[in-house]
Amino acid sequence: MDRLEEGLRKTFRCGKTKEVGWRKAQLRGVLKFVEENESKIFEALKQDLGKHPVEAYRDEIGVVKKSAENCLNNIEKWMNPKKGKLPLLLFPSKGEVLPEPLGTVLIFGSWNFPISLALDPLIGALSAGNTVVVKPSELAPACSSLLYSTIPLYLDAEAIKIVEGGSDVAEQLLERRWDKIFFTGSPRVGRIIMSAAAKHLTPVTLELGGKCPVILDSFSGSDFKVAVNRIAGGKWGPCAGQACIGIDYVLVQQKSASILVELLKNCIKRYYGDNVKNLQSICRIVNKQHFERVCNLLEDPGVAASIVYGGSFDRENLMIEPTILLDPPLDAQIMTEEIFGPLLPIITLDKIEESIDFINEKPKPLAIYAFTKNDKLKKQILQETSSGSVTFNDAIIQFICDALPFGGVGQSGFGRYHGKFSFDTFSHEKAVLHRSFFLELEPRYPPWNDFKLEFIRLAYSFNYIGLLLHLLGLRTPNRSR
Amino acid sequence: MAIIDAESVVKELRSTYTSGKTKSYEWRISQLKAIMKILTYHEKDILEALRSDLNKPEHEAFVHEIAGVSSSCKLALKELHRWMKPEKAKTTIVTFPSSAEIVSEPLGVVLVISPWNYPIYLGLDPIIGAIAAGNTVVLKPSEMAPATSSVLSKLISEYMDTSAVKVVEGAVPETTSLLEQRWDKILYTGNGKVGRIVLAAAAKHLTPVLLELGGKSPVVVDSNININVAARRIISGKWGCNSGQTCVSPDYLITTKEFAPKLLSALTSEIEKFYGKDPMQSNDLSSIINAHHFDRLTKLLDDDKVSGKVVFGGRRDKTKLKIAPTIVLDVPGDSSVMNEEIFGPILPILTVNKIEDSIGIITAKEKPLAAYLFTNDKKLKEEFIRSVSAGGMAINETNLQLVELNLPFGGVGESGMGAYHGKFSFDAFSHKKGVLIRNFLGDVTARYPPYSSRKLQFLKAVLSYDILGIFRALLG
Repeated sequence: MDRLEEGLRKTFRCGKTKEVGWRKAQLRGVLKFVEENESKIFEALKQDLGKHPVEAYRDEIGVVKKSAENCLNNIEKWMNPKKGKLPLLLFPSKGEVLPEPLGTVLIFGSWNFPISLALDPLIGALSAGNTVVVKPSELAPACSSLLYSTIPLYLDAEAIKIVEGGSDVAEQLLERRWDKIFFTGSPRVGRIIMSAAAKHLTPVTLELGGKCPVILDSFSGSDFKVAVNRIAGGKWGPCAGQACIGIDYVLVQQKSASILVELLKNCIKRYYGDNVKNLQSICRIVNKQHFERVCNLLEDPGVAASIVYGGSFDRENLMIEPTILLDPPLDAQIMTEEIFGPLLPIITLDKIEESIDFINEKPKPLAIYAFTKNDKLKKQILQETSSGSVTFNDAIIQFICDALPFGGVGQSGFGRYHGKFSFDTFSHEKAVLHRSFFLELEPRYPPWNDFKLEFIRLAYSFNYIGLLLHLLGLRTPNRSR
Repeated sequence: MAIIDAESVVKELRSTYTSGKTKSYEWRISQLKAIMKILTYHEKDILEALRSDLNKPEHEAFVHEIAGVSSSCKLALKELHRWMKPEKAKTTIVTFPSSAEIVSEPLGVVLVISPWNYPIYLGLDPIIGAIAAGNTVVLKPSEMAPATSSVLSKLISEYMDTSAVKVVEGAVPETTSLLEQRWDKILYTGNGKVGRIVLAAAAKHLTPVLLELGGKSPVVVDSNININVAARRIISGKWGCNSGQTCVSPDYLITTKEFAPKLLSALTSEIEKFYGKDPMQSNDLSSIINAHHFDRLTKLLDDDKVSGKVVFGGRRDKTKLKIAPTIVLDVPGDSSVMNEEIFGPILPILTVNKIEDSIGIITAKEKPLAAYLFTNDKKLKEEFIRSVSAGGMAINETNLQLVELNLPFGGVGESGMGAYHGKFSFDAFSHKKGVLIRNFLGDVTARYPPYSSRKLQFLKAVLSYDILGIFRALLG
């Protein structure tokens, strides 16, 4: 561990990672990695999660490609200093903000998107000029192993290291000093990471989760069907519900509940099939521990009684059927904890506006999804709820919009990335003020007297005319006290 | 103050926040205006409190504390409308058709812990940011500056909305009790030791933290410059700012062996112009905050490795808690004065053979909050900016980078995390919520199972912004 950190710091100190040429070469390396190993990546994801190649492309390979290309296209622009406008008072002077790398950073990947949640932050760290350690999740061992064995063939092994292992390795890593830690995972582990970081004053970005709700307003026609398609896709599409921005539960008006359930059932049958032993195009649960955890959510009799579709499982293959529940008890675990699985509770309300209070009673989630055509409701949702992000009339897709910061608030985390936000998150923005020796202002210096004080008062009000008059002795000071 | 009180303070502020009133533009403006009133009508009380706590000269107090807060507040009053507007974000074919924006929302209930050296400025400036962003806020001023702590408490409760803005006075027990509560953001200004404590406490609640710490801010002085102007700016940044008890004050100076005598001569001559032949008699120099820090500083001076190297000053008076502007020359690198942040009126000058060697000395230490270079050499300037990492920098100047509200003010590494000032304050106390707005037009079935190779082709094209590829995939 010592040698690992020391080696990376030495590489950073030699300065090569700051060069734009080096950074671009690494970004191209990441692109080549995903392009040349597409089938190996598909294979590893199938092994770890039963992820279908199309899902794998959409959520993992495609995301990484898009991020890397976006960085390559913009990196010179991002690396340029930002000019600051300075007031006349400081003339002649120039101010600018220079992004610089933080140094040596640590990234923890997650098991549900083991390729993209390791490589996407890595892309950010590299574009900002850092040296990096990536620790992929041990719960996705095939992907972890693929990254470990193959990334060094594409990236500068003196600057980027993949470290495999479980919580013991994570603990050892956390004892070292890093210039930044980027973590994707649960709030419980987030606290552990942040406490460890505190010892070294290491800044952290925590991408956590939460119960991401859908507010489904009532409207008729084919648009409602489109909404339900998107809800179904947003629940079971990403990793069978095991996603931080995955839909957790739906809030809908009582009168639309039954049509919602019917349409969802149709989606499920169309997309995934209706035999738990032969489900298509949907991931399995990652491991036995999470499988039992999710099944246990259905143990509560009140919860079991609310199942209106699904509920069966295939323990041998770690498959849980897409399950719909209608109004389970609100104090049951399924409604108090992040589900992170293919169970979809539907909560009915008299009026859809009640969804706002309902959501506000829970911790701030990573995303809120609202399907509505009502502008007033949209405005209310935006102003009266708080979440990492809000998406209207769709779900999950905000993840690939690079112009939007991706991150949480409150219990769903802090810090953000994607697009330029990734570059910024792994940078220090250094303010630089340039002055010349020309034009000295005597009143800056002691010994102090009333003339100088008045000068300073006028200066701070940017009262240039008053200043001029004062300097020429043509002004009587304003004594307002 | 008992633990139960900290809890009920937070509870009350949360309830105020939930009521929604702090989100309105009008409320925020009213609170900012209240701060302006405090500065306008109570300037005398504030200056007196600063004289009492720090023996801070009125002119220094006015410039650094009152004018500092007032310009920050005026900027917020002028710009708040613009800051509160959502920012449009550009969408691409990947999410077509859609529109996107980034909405700023308050975090909720925030805690500001301020230090003793600029108790007004570093207390009120963060509050300005917190309020501008629509939060409720608790200020915990430093107990080491009791007169200002008291005057802040009195004036804030008189002029501001106490259901949303509170001052909690006290020392370690009160701070500990506050840190046990759940906040939506904490801004702490102070030292690294307590910074770690704050961060560890925040970790329990996943509270984001902004830490403004310190460090040994170096000033490198090249030859071939206007030596008197440089000397004045260095003196002003060191002794003219609370007798060196300032997070961005030049801590130590590096120059060439050749240039050192001239520089020293310029410094001593200008110090005399500013503070007279006997600076101990000058009314224009702040005192040391308390006996503990006085002893700490005199110990640094009396250390074996340092005491023989005093080339200017060195006088001290414990009864008045005053230490004269003191310069020490070429102390060993392992002396304590070179290993901890001095935070006082002692200036070590280190000499090197070539001025470029200064960069290696600086980068071997922890990243400071500020770094300064006086030079007319473009190449040296570029090398310095490129190689030295610090919170912020100034070329041919000291401390003023702090005053420029268009520049972010914050540290890196041991000198802190996060930044504020100007709009950066508003942003520091906001959550930037991403909003993606879609409609029901053009639902793309390639998104949904059952998956097929044609759908895969389509997705590949979309995610590569490949318009032609998209058409090809759509048309089969």
